[in-house]
Amino acid sequence: MKIKNLLIAAIRSLKKNKMRTFLTMLGIIIGVASVIAMLAIGQGSKQSIQAQISTLGTNILIIYPQASSSGGVRMEAGSSQKMTLEDVNAITERCPSVEYITPQVRSSGQLVNGNMNWRTSVYGVYPDYFEIRNLKIMSGNLFTMTDDRSSTKVCIIGQTVITNLFGDYADPVGNYIRINKIPFKIIGTIEKKGQNAFGQDQDDVVIAPFSTVQKRMMAITHIQSMLVSARSEALIPAASQEITDVLKAKHNLGPSEEPDFTIRTQTDIAEAATATSGILTVLLATIASISLLVGGIGIMNIMLVSVTERTREIGIRMSVGARGRDVLLQFLIEALMISLLGGFIGISLGVIVSQLIANILSWPVNITVQSILMSFVFASAIGIFFGWYPARKAARLNPIDALRYE
Amino acid sequence: MHRKCKEVAGEEDKMSKAIISVIDLVKIYQMGEVEVHALRGISADIMNGDFLAIMGKSGSGKSTFMNMIGCLDVPTRGQYLLDEVDVSSLSKDQLANLRNNKIGFVFQSFNLLSRTTALENVELPLMYNRKISSKEMRDRSLNALDAVGLADRAHHFPNQLSGGEQQRVAIARSLVNDPVVILADEPTGNLDTRTSLEVMGIFQKLNQKGITIVIVTHDADVAAFTKRHITFRDGRIIRAIEVNKPRNAMEELAAMPVMVEEDDA
Ligand SMILES: Nc1ncnc2c1ncn2[C@@H]1O[C@H](COP(=O)(O)OP(=O)(O)OP(=O)(O)O)[C@@H](O)[C@H]1O
Ligand SMILES: [Mg+2]
Repeated sequence: MKIKNLLIAAIRSLKKNKMRTFLTMLGIIIGVASVIAMLAIGQGSKQSIQAQISTLGTNILIIYPQASSSGGVRMEAGSSQKMTLEDVNAITERCPSVEYITPQVRSSGQLVNGNMNWRTSVYGVYPDYFEIRNLKIMSGNLFTMTDDRSSTKVCIIGQTVITNLFGDYADPVGNYIRINKIPFKIIGTIEKKGQNAFGQDQDDVVIAPFSTVQKRMMAITHIQSMLVSARSEALIPAASQEITDVLKAKHNLGPSEEPDFTIRTQTDIAEAATATSGILTVLLATIASISLLVGGIGIMNIMLVSVTERTREIGIRMSVGARGRDVLLQFLIEALMISLLGGFIGISLGVIVSQLIANILSWPVNITVQSILMSFVFASAIGIFFGWYPARKAARLNPIDALRYE
Repeated sequence: MHRKCKEVAGEEDKMSKAIISVIDLVKIYQMGEVEVHALRGISADIMNGDFLAIMGKSGSGKSTFMNMIGCLDVPTRGQYLLDEVDVSSLSKDQLANLRNNKIGFVFQSFNLLSRTTALENVELPLMYNRKISSKEMRDRSLNALDAVGLADRAHHFPNQLSGGEQQRVAIARSLVNDPVVILADEPTGNLDTRTSLEVMGIFQKLNQKGITIVIVTHDADVAAFTKRHITFRDGRIIRAIEVNKPRNAMEELAAMPVMVEEDDA
């Protein structure tokens, strides 16, 4: 039989049973639509997490002292006092893959402006911190290394702090606030950055010169952590290796000894954050695929019923010259048409549903071409797979037995 | 011995050759332990242009024989030549092609595809013929419908047609592929006298055009329109007679009073 005639025959018999065809298709439609929507949600949330991760900064590495386990007492991470400015200087001099570096100390501070109070973190860092974290000054200026050397009492504050100490839309540059009773001059404000991947408000922050916070506020001599940026994303592993080598040498540790510090790269952080959403995507897609599978079994079921019900028709076709393979192809094409048409409608529905989710729930969604192609391939594979058995059953009938079938 | 038969036949009929030639055809149905001997050795020749009626009691093997020569079923033993091709050695697909090209079947129960128009039903055999274009398919099907007087019902569904009309659609389907033989198993079995006459009239007309026709019937009145009778009993041929002067169905139909309609009025 010519392909064209096969298609005509398949369309005719699908049309004969419109309701049944539609209901069979519905399984595939729902399956495909949910696969598309689930993947879109998964992809969307993954992307938005990645976007949030990138607000951390570019090509970042964080180094903090490892809790030493000497004497069997494990101390809290960052509580070690082994890391000093000398480590920072050594890295600056001997690590070619490192572009910017800043030591970091963090103190909590009680902020007072007149009768307004606010409690937040005060960070002591070098001006390069702004480069590493892609922070932009909105008004005023950044402090300099000179300020650091002389431990000047200046600070730069984030939008949340401004709102709580000065009210919305105020520009407090030039004003003084008290941090833990010490007066600080506000010399700049930071552009709004929003929440980070872990839900923290990145605008609820005060940034001051490193030595100001370290000496004047905390009165310590070590540093709590270092923030480093590599020259490029590709150089992150190299930077990590160089820093490990330098710090080990500096701390008199042999190459095989455990380091007394930890390096976390941006890639690590991103992976940790996207891992959960990845698992979620897989889970959602699996559930959706199962519904697609159920749709496929629906096709098989209907085709089997159809073969039994149409045994006489098959006999008639065979009596006028249909060969086994003509019958096989006809049933296979019917199954394929159901699944492909169902797949097509399902994809459209999936796209619409994803858009609705995006608009109504304002969840991030991202429909990828791959997910559409995959659904289409999957739908046709299901048509062929589940159509095959009934079709072969039909093709193997004996003409005379089929004709006699009651 | 077979050889001899053939030679004799060959000398005898230069113009009319044997379309169907069966030699010692045996069909045994195995029903568990029981063997049903449906055909116990049938030998017969059916000539080109013949119009043959197969008669006999119920269960005598008529349908079984028709299914054998229609290539719908295979014999247990025996030889069968259709249009000089030995059918017993053919594969399933080759048998299908043979049914498609050389045989037209008409069944007692019409066997039309439901919810499929008359025209589409008639087109069915041609759909399985790769050599025929869509246009030719349509033209030939319309011609076949015209030949049975149903050109104006082409787009009607079987459930919109009377039994006689349905059987005429089935006849159109059986002749659309230009078969060498039309096989009709009790084609008038579900029809009343008048409609039977119509159907036989069509068969006679087709036979006059040279198409070989074999019908199975219980009805001696129906058989009277054919040229030759074969009678089966218990899977054997017990009698074969020539009809001297077959009756003419068209003439009788014309002479028949249209009583049913008058009764209704
Ligand atoms: N598929 C089958 N399986 C078993 N036995 C069968 C089968 N088909 C026919 N028979 C038997 O073969 C014998 C011949 O049957 P067949 O149908 O050829 O009779 P028939 O002459 O056509 O009868 P009728 O006039 O009632 O149609 C019967 O005894 C029947 O029971
Ligand atoms: Mg019979």
